[in-house]
Amino acid sequence: MTTPTATPAHGLHGVMAEYPTAQHLLDAAEKAHAAGFRAMDAYTPFPVEAISEVICDHHKSKVPLICLTGGVMGALAGFALEYWTSAIAYPLNIGGKPYNSWPAFIPVLFECTILFAAFSAAIGMFMLNGLPEPYHPVFNVERFREKASRDGYFLCIEALDQKFDLSDTRAFLLSTGALEVNDVEL
Amino acid sequence: MSVAEFPRLPVPLIDPPVIAPGHSPASVTDKISSVVFGKMPLWFYIAMAIAFGGAMMLLTALTKLVFTGIGIWGNNNPVGWGFDIINFVWWIGIGHAGTLISAILLLLRQEWRTSINRFAEAMTLFAVACALLFPLFHTGRPWLAVYWLLPYPNTMTIWPNFRSPLIWDVFAVSTYGSVSLVFWFIGLVPDLASFRDRTKKLWQKKIYGALAMGWRGSARHWHNYESAYLLLAGLSTPLVLSVHSVVSFDFASGQVPGWHATIFPPYFVAGAVFAGFAMVLTLMIPLRKAFGLEDFITMKHMDNMGKVMLVTGLIVGYGYLVEIFTAWYSGNIYEWYMIRNRIFGPYKFIWMSLILCNILAIQPLWFRKTRKSIAALWIISMFVNFGMWFERFVIIPTSLHRDFLPASWGMYYPTRWDFATFFGTIGLFMALMFLFVRVFPAIAMFEMKGLTPDAKVKEPAHG
Repeated sequence: MTTPTATPAHGLHGVMAEYPTAQHLLDAAEKAHAAGFRAMDAYTPFPVEAISEVICDHHKSKVPLICLTGGVMGALAGFALEYWTSAIAYPLNIGGKPYNSWPAFIPVLFECTILFAAFSAAIGMFMLNGLPEPYHPVFNVERFREKASRDGYFLCIEALDQKFDLSDTRAFLLSTGALEVNDVEL
Repeated sequence: MSVAEFPRLPVPLIDPPVIAPGHSPASVTDKISSVVFGKMPLWFYIAMAIAFGGAMMLLTALTKLVFTGIGIWGNNNPVGWGFDIINFVWWIGIGHAGTLISAILLLLRQEWRTSINRFAEAMTLFAVACALLFPLFHTGRPWLAVYWLLPYPNTMTIWPNFRSPLIWDVFAVSTYGSVSLVFWFIGLVPDLASFRDRTKKLWQKKIYGALAMGWRGSARHWHNYESAYLLLAGLSTPLVLSVHSVVSFDFASGQVPGWHATIFPPYFVAGAVFAGFAMVLTLMIPLRKAFGLEDFITMKHMDNMGKVMLVTGLIVGYGYLVEIFTAWYSGNIYEWYMIRNRIFGPYKFIWMSLILCNILAIQPLWFRKTRKSIAALWIISMFVNFGMWFERFVIIPTSLHRDFLPASWGMYYPTRWDFATFFGTIGLFMALMFLFVRVFPAIAMFEMKGLTPDAKVKEPAHG
């Protein structure tokens, strides 16, 4: 992960290379990582864990933490609702049971935990990924539109990378065994 | 290197593969998309018309109910829970196979689940939708049900009783429906993106594009996606076990003979999985044939589903035995009478049908030969669909119609409106399934691509 240093003068999002297989893409991503590129992304039609590891620089996903927070909040909210309604807002004597009949509150507390945790994981995942995103420059590459969601394997080195240089990066990608290299217009 | 280069094996493989050899990510995408982008055969429209007719019958039955009141149904004292609860429990149970396949089998790394999980999840959603109609309309005034079912600040300042299993049920089923929907949608996103890129028509591009939310298969996205997907599977696993347990609490925490039993939660969960797998087989066998999906839904899947059905069926059979044993061993005259009434009483034919469908009919599944026969599996699955419905009938009206006081005994007979509502939900369910197969990928494409030989990569040494 790098921070943008300057606005690219050439008006490109980056340079994108296409590879014949997931294995070629993984090898190329490793070479690019070793060459010091960080602002890059790989595109595959199905998840390939090894590629994600390289691209994300072995950082762990934040989704589990968001999910845990959601779950804890769900548990607290569920119990608070039950306690407040049964013991404070509307105390009723039901079969002589205490107002705070916590063992009977477990099923609803459990369901609230799951509900909040699941929605946090889902919404958290979309937010971390910046989705929904109506426009993204990579779709300007015709090969990408045709193949990315079918059987295409792409690596895009972004212009924001500190080491990015249009002709050098193109040459670098060609040297990694790319089928073809395209400029990605903004 | 393609699989076709290898010489054919001299003997047939003992274990059929989960995806037929020779498939690549491209061929998987094309084959599964062709179901949606190709022309639908004539039978599809005929079947859809019949199912839609059923859904319209449901609409008629529910309209009549709202205008007249629930007196048009057969339930009355002493049987206050009739078809409405039988069908509710039956439908919820059917949904359970979807979550089991998508969540539990994912955690257990059962690769064969991949080609059936999407379809089974859709089945879950539609089954839960059908199930929810019953308690909702049993209230008679469904537009007021929100006040009675949900904790809602109202001018009367009253709140639901959280010590009651009925409110647990509201939370369990609504959580189950919502989480299943999220799980299903997240699984669909990459495939919707694939459809967005495949379709030639602009309006379809717009709809699939909006639903895909700009998914582009980025490695950074997959990283979070895989994490979220696994977490949802982990959360759905205890959830699905809790849902039918909570449904069984509706009965188990009552004191009616035949309901008040600790065996209920595990016995209900096993029954739910049993019913669900039967429904998956019932729908999957014709679908696979009709759309030529034999490469993805192989004999391995049929074999495994047969095995799961046998195991859960045996657990259910054990539940029946334990119920009888406990009633006898308890020395409680009401419990023991209830069992004898089930077996020899006025509803004995339902009990006998139950034993026939749920215990006897599944025994051929012990043999590999049966599990290799598509026709046999389909027939057995139909037996189980009926059998599980009989089970709900045996548990609900046969327990209620003769309880402690002989003076309050009675009989329960469903009316034609009960049947119209029940068959109507089957029509609605089938119509939704047909629509689903028509517009969405019925098999998870991106997960199937992950099973092809092209997807295998060598892990980097330092990883």
